[in-house]
Amino acid sequence: MAAKSFPVEASHILMFARSVGDDNPVYSDAEAAKKTEAGGIIAPPTFAQSSAQFDPDYGLRPKIGQPWFGSGKEPTGIKREPGGRGGGGGGGGLHAEQHFEYHRHLKPGDVLTATTVPGKTWEKESARAGKLVFSESVTEYRDQNGDLVITARGVGVRTERPVDAKS
Amino acid sequence: MALSASKLKVGDAHTARLVEDLKRTQIVQYAGASGDYNPLHTDEVFTTKVAGYPSVFAHGMLTMGMTGKMLTDYVGDARLTKYGVRFTNQVWPGDTLDSTATVKAITERDGVKVVELDVSTVNQNGVVVVSGYAEARVDD
Repeated sequence: MAAKSFPVEASHILMFARSVGDDNPVYSDAEAAKKTEAGGIIAPPTFAQSSAQFDPDYGLRPKIGQPWFGSGKEPTGIKREPGGRGGGGGGGGLHAEQHFEYHRHLKPGDVLTATTVPGKTWEKESARAGKLVFSESVTEYRDQNGDLVITARGVGVRTERPVDAKS
Repeated sequence: MALSASKLKVGDAHTARLVEDLKRTQIVQYAGASGDYNPLHTDEVFTTKVAGYPSVFAHGMLTMGMTGKMLTDYVGDARLTKYGVRFTNQVWPGDTLDSTATVKAITERDGVKVVELDVSTVNQNGVVVVSGYAEARVDD
């Protein structure tokens, strides 16, 4: 995930908290949040992942005027453009791990930059999905003062075939 | 309310229900908020006909986000210092998830008390879908 400018906004935090089923007022109610230890609205712990919204090259968002690999009335046959992270179809990529280290918690008004560097890659054989190719990436989120606020490490996996569900 | 190191002991556990009968619409809601519009989560035609899965399934990050609520409800607002997970099994529409944080250790770092937690989220069949850890600042 790379973003030159990821403005952290209260309305985005509200929508994100709703989507993960979290009704804690510290994510939505400025007055109530003032009375908490946080001292005001903060973002939930996994919010930084929504920097995808501000990554101009993020491959899992339909872009105006460009082909999209999802279906219309029927499948389009369009292959997902390679290079993007975080998933794909037809025995493609899935999210295997995600790690966050919080130097401080995000709050509305922060304007972050996100820079990602690739990490290790490794392979593993799996009974449920064939050959697995793992690749790691490390994203540093810095605030408007250049201070490191969150370090995120993600691991994606490309599978040889769709994963068999364990019941 | 923050936790107190003096009142915590290894093995203490906090469990919460994250979701009952997960709705497809919540998965779409997460896609919209997070910006991850992968059709595997939002497009049944693509997911069944092209990708070869039985139905759309939840973003791993949705389960991590829901599990995060269990954690922050337990340790308090703005207290987490680390949180990481592996996505061990997929989460499907209709799943009911329960999540547990278990105290693994109580330590001190730079003069601040820290609780280390094991984190596990299971579905209605007892299958672990998310397995990980967290660390949080606690009071003395």
